[in-house]
Amino acid sequence: MEHARPARAPLGDGARRGERQARVNTGGRRLTMKSGINIVVCVKQVPDTATVRKLRAEDSTIDREDPNSSGVLNELDEYAIEEGLRLKEAHGGEVTILTMGPAKAAETIRKALAMGTDKAVHLMDPALHGSDAVQTSYAMAQTLKKIGFDLVILGSESTDARTGLLAAMLAERLGVPQLSLANKVVVDGSAISIHRVTDYGYDRVESSLPAVVSVVEKTNEPRYPRLKEIMAAKKKPVTTFGIADVEIDPGRIGLAGAYTEVAEFAVAPPRAAGVVVKDEGDGGVKVADFLTSKKFI
Amino acid sequence: MTDLLRIDDEFTHEQQLIRDTVRAFVDDQVAPHISEWFESGVFPSRELAPALGELGLLGMHLEGYGCAGLDATSYGIACRELEAGDSGLRSFVSVQGSLAMFPIWKYGSEEQKTTWLPRLASGEAIGCFGLTEPDQGSDPGAMRTYAKQEASGDWVLNGAKMWITNGSVADVAVVWAGTEGGIRGFVVPTDTPGFSAVEMHRKLSLRASVTSSLYLDDVRLPADAVLPHVSGLKGPLSCLTEARFGILWGVTGAARSCLSAAIDYAKTRVQFDRPIGAFQLTQEKLAWMAVATEQAGLTALHLGRLKDTGRLTPQQVSFGKLANVRAALDIARQARTILGANGITLEYPVIRHMNNLESVLTYEGTQEIHLLTLGRALTGLDAFR
Repeated sequence: MEHARPARAPLGDGARRGERQARVNTGGRRLTMKSGINIVVCVKQVPDTATVRKLRAEDSTIDREDPNSSGVLNELDEYAIEEGLRLKEAHGGEVTILTMGPAKAAETIRKALAMGTDKAVHLMDPALHGSDAVQTSYAMAQTLKKIGFDLVILGSESTDARTGLLAAMLAERLGVPQLSLANKVVVDGSAISIHRVTDYGYDRVESSLPAVVSVVEKTNEPRYPRLKEIMAAKKKPVTTFGIADVEIDPGRIGLAGAYTEVAEFAVAPPRAAGVVVKDEGDGGVKVADFLTSKKFI
Repeated sequence: MTDLLRIDDEFTHEQQLIRDTVRAFVDDQVAPHISEWFESGVFPSRELAPALGELGLLGMHLEGYGCAGLDATSYGIACRELEAGDSGLRSFVSVQGSLAMFPIWKYGSEEQKTTWLPRLASGEAIGCFGLTEPDQGSDPGAMRTYAKQEASGDWVLNGAKMWITNGSVADVAVVWAGTEGGIRGFVVPTDTPGFSAVEMHRKLSLRASVTSSLYLDDVRLPADAVLPHVSGLKGPLSCLTEARFGILWGVTGAARSCLSAAIDYAKTRVQFDRPIGAFQLTQEKLAWMAVATEQAGLTALHLGRLKDTGRLTPQQVSFGKLANVRAALDIARQARTILGANGITLEYPVIRHMNNLESVLTYEGTQEIHLLTLGRALTGLDAFR
C-alpha cells in the first residue's frame, strides 16, 4: 500500500512503516534521451537448477562449456528483460542484451532476443574465466561504458553464485545511482522511481537516469518468447567483444587475480526432516512462532 | 529422464527454444486446469485461442498473413508439447492451423486469405473443417452434402457434417461439398443464414475438446465463397495429411506424459517394503514403454526431416500416424497398469491420455485405412477402392 508522499522523509526512518523516500545524488549528470530509452539488460547463463550442478575439479569453477549440461537463462534475468521490454513499449527506445560468458552463452542470448529484445553484446574472452564478482563488475562496466546506456537492468541475483553484488558494483564503477530490489519500475522523462521490496513493505526510491536497477521476481510476469520472435532472433545483431575491444586490463580479471577463492566444495546433503509441531493445545501459537522466525508473518 | 536416445539433441537451438516455450505455456496455462476441463467436458476455446495466437501457435507452419512460418519439424515439436498437455488442446491447434487455415492458405483466393488468415492466426477467430458426415467417415468421396450453383452465380449448400472439432465455437467453417464439377471446398462464415452447429455431448474421450454436428439448410453463399484453386477429393485429403503430421508428433507427447507419470509413481509407490519400480516386472514395462516412446520419436523426427526437405509422401504420413498412435495407446494402457487403481483417476494424466488416444486412433484416418494404405504401397493392390 502506498502512503501519501511525505515532503521530506529521512532515509532510514525505521519508525515509518510502509513507504520511505530516498533520493540518490546523480551528480548532475544529464541524459541524452532523444528517442526513447537506451536500455541494457545484463543476463547470465547459469546451470539448470533442475539438474545436478558440478564444479570443475581442477579450479573449482563451474563448467560453463559442458555440452551435456543444460545452461539456462538465469530466471531473475527474465524479469529484468520483461521490465526492459515494458519500458521500451511505453517510452520507445531499444533493449540491448549484455552477457559475459563462453561461446555456449550464445544460447542464452538467443532466448533473450527471442523474448523481443533488439540486439545483444557478448563479452567473451578466455582471459575472463574464473573472474569473481569484483572482476566481473569491472569487465561489465568497461563494456557498458563502451556501448552506452540510459538504464541498466539486472536480475537481483543469479541462481549459481547468488552473490547479488553485481548491480551495486556496476553502479559504483559507472558512477550512477543504484536502485535495487525493485518490484515496480516507473520512468518519467529522465526520472526513475522504483519500489524496493523490504521486510515490511517497500521503499520508494527515486533518481535521475542514467541508473542501474536490479529487479526481483515480483516485478512482472515475463512473457513467453513468441514463435515468430524465436525464428527472427537468429537474424538480430549480436556483437562479440574480446577484452581488448572494451579496454579491459587483463591483469584485473581472471582466476589468478580473483579476490575470492573457492576453498572447497561438496554436494549438498539431503534435506533434513522438517520441523514437526505437536499440538498440545498450543499448536497454533507454535506454528505462528515458526512462521514469524522465518519472516513469513 | 525419458529421452534415453537424446533425440532432442538433434533439434536446432530454435527448435529447442520452441519446445521449451510451448512446454512452459502448457505447464503454466493448461496443466493446472486440464483434469477439471476434462471432467466437466469443456474446452475454453475463446480464452485459449488468443493466448495460443499470441504465442504464434495457430497456423504456425504457414508463411505470411500473420503466421509464424515455422519449419515442419518445429511444428511437430510444438504439437508434441501441446499433446503432452492434452490431445484436445493439440486437436484445437491442429484443426485451426492444418484443417481451417491450411486450405484457405493453399487453395484460397487472395481475398479469402486476407479476410480470414490474420484473424485465425491471432486467435480472434476460430475455424473448423467439415468433411466427415453422419454416414460417411472413411469413404468421404460418397458425401451427400451438395452445393448447387444458381444462374446468379450464388452457391446453395445442403447437408450435414458430424464429428467436427471446434464446430459450434467456430466463426468460419471450411465445408467440403459435392458439386456438378466434383468435390469443392467452401469458406462458410458460421453466421450465414441456414448454418447451424450443435455440440455433441456424452463423449468419454477428448472431453476437453468441442465436437459438433453442422447442419447446412439452404445456406446461400456468393460465387466467390468457393476455394478457387482445388477440386476433387485431393483438396480435403491434402489437409488431412498436414494434420496427421501433427498427430504423429503429438501423440509422442501423450506417450511421454504417461511414461513420466508411470516412472514417478513407480519410484514412490511402496509395496512389500520397496518402491514398485524396483520390481523386475515393473522395470520391464517401463523399459518397453521407453523403447516405444523413443522409436515413435525417431519416426516423427525422420518424417519431419523428410517434410522439411519436400520429400514426405502421404504413405509415409500414414506409416507415422498408424505406428505412433498405436504405440502411444499401448504405452498409456501399460502406464495405467503401473498406477493400479490410481491410474483410473484424473489425479494422474494417464487415463485421460488413454481415453483421448482412443479417438486419435480412429480420427483423421482409422488404423484400418492406414493399414490398407500401407498394404497398397507394398503390393500395388488396392484393397478398398
